[in-house]
Amino acid sequence: MSQVSHALPTRPSVSLAPTQAVTLRINGQDHLLQIAPWTTLLDALREYLDLTGTKKGCDHGQCGACTVLINGKRINSCLSLAVMQQGEEITTIEGLGTEEQLHPLQQAFIDHDAFQCGYCTPGQICSAVGLISEGRARTEDEVRELMSGNLCRCGAYTNILNAVMEVVRNELKTGS
Amino acid sequence: MNSFTYFPAAAVDLAVREKVAHSNAAYIGGGTNLVDLMKENVARPTHLIGLKHLPLAAIENTTDGGLRLGALATNADTAWHPEVERRYPLLSQAILAGASPQLRNMATDGGNLMQRTRCYYFYDLATPCNKREPGTGCSAIGGYNRIHAILGASEQCIATHPSDMCVALAALATTVRVSGPNGERTIRFEDFHRLPGDQPERDNTLADGELITSLDLPPKGFATNYSYLKLRDRTSYAFALVSVAAALELDGNTITDARLALGGVAHKPWRDTAAEALLIGQPATADTFRRAAAKVVAGAQGHAHNAFKIELAKRAIVRAFKQATEMTPATDSNAFLNSNP
Repeated sequence: MSQVSHALPTRPSVSLAPTQAVTLRINGQDHLLQIAPWTTLLDALREYLDLTGTKKGCDHGQCGACTVLINGKRINSCLSLAVMQQGEEITTIEGLGTEEQLHPLQQAFIDHDAFQCGYCTPGQICSAVGLISEGRARTEDEVRELMSGNLCRCGAYTNILNAVMEVVRNELKTGS
Repeated sequence: MNSFTYFPAAAVDLAVREKVAHSNAAYIGGGTNLVDLMKENVARPTHLIGLKHLPLAAIENTTDGGLRLGALATNADTAWHPEVERRYPLLSQAILAGASPQLRNMATDGGNLMQRTRCYYFYDLATPCNKREPGTGCSAIGGYNRIHAILGASEQCIATHPSDMCVALAALATTVRVSGPNGERTIRFEDFHRLPGDQPERDNTLADGELITSLDLPPKGFATNYSYLKLRDRTSYAFALVSVAAALELDGNTITDARLALGGVAHKPWRDTAAEALLIGQPATADTFRRAAAKVVAGAQGHAHNAFKIELAKRAIVRAFKQATEMTPATDSNAFLNSNP
């Protein structure tokens, strides 16, 4: 994946800081990576593992496009160093549902047309998975407040809210 | 980001030793602020000491009847911990008023105290900033200063401390427990953060190598009459322009104990014990609260764009105490937003 092109012989060589071996457990599979310590979890997913479902938006923890789940809890992967996530159970959008059987939130986003460009959608869905397992959002106001870490520049908020609320209501009904 | 090495510490004393041994090392907990500052090249540590494997994430009762928050407990786990919700709801409310769910899941309680100001000039390497580069000047004084301090500032720095959690911790008279090269010590919360004075680069009173290990809440949690009111440009996921942690102990309508701390107004969470003293023994009325509010802002100084905070702070204090008295704590001032259908 990450090939370093050979420097021209006339140029001074730039010394790169040493990389280190890190094993990341992502969507139930272990991946051994050789990375520099400043590699964020987001960059490790996208640039080293081809898991490009997780998106880079602001890269500063403000937009939520990079949201993934660590041990079931939603976090901003752009603000986490990959070396700090060794041994944790990481779930990305690729780990939710299958093409044959979508995750209920994925299906709800389609049913409610909860996106336009779709760039924020993987983060929205991972965030909503975390929201539902937290079990703190029952009303529309609570969902709005607890989804505020995910921005949508298309402004699809109304339908995102409807999609998330449908799954929240189903969860409440089944008592899970 | 600059190049750095990473050392995952396995014990507190090893972490401290590692910190002392490196001249430009930093501890990293959740990383939500530090990684961002490193991406901006505002922070450039050459060695990071990872804290996540230290056994400091527990939240447990203390023998004196208080509650100990391990420094590595996350903000989310703290806000939603049953004992915190039941005994220190002011703290829960303040934590949930800050950041986003994702950030609260990463950010640690110790790290919350260590976060840096969000002053625009501190983040902007192209402008002078005494906090970032001592001696270069303050761009906020005479610049755009809408989010800046009205209390306790200096001619060198008018930055504010951005935390919500710390405002509640100040009001609750929390004790900060730290470990360092010379062993353990405790710091009163009021003494942990500093005013800028002529050393705005120093945010707190930690000595070299010292590491926060826990935040110890005293038994008294003001769980009945409290409110954390946060006023900001949008009602979620924004820093406070002014926030107020208000707590009362009432005997009938008479105030028997009071706590008052403000956020968004100073270089540190601004607890005002003189204003608290004005409340004790008085009836819990708007007049009483107004007198305390006037006391808080008596020495306030506004700049070109933030003078509105002085009146805003006064009104927010009165409103927060009214909410505390009526047992209607609400983070936002807008009644519509607090309706719960």
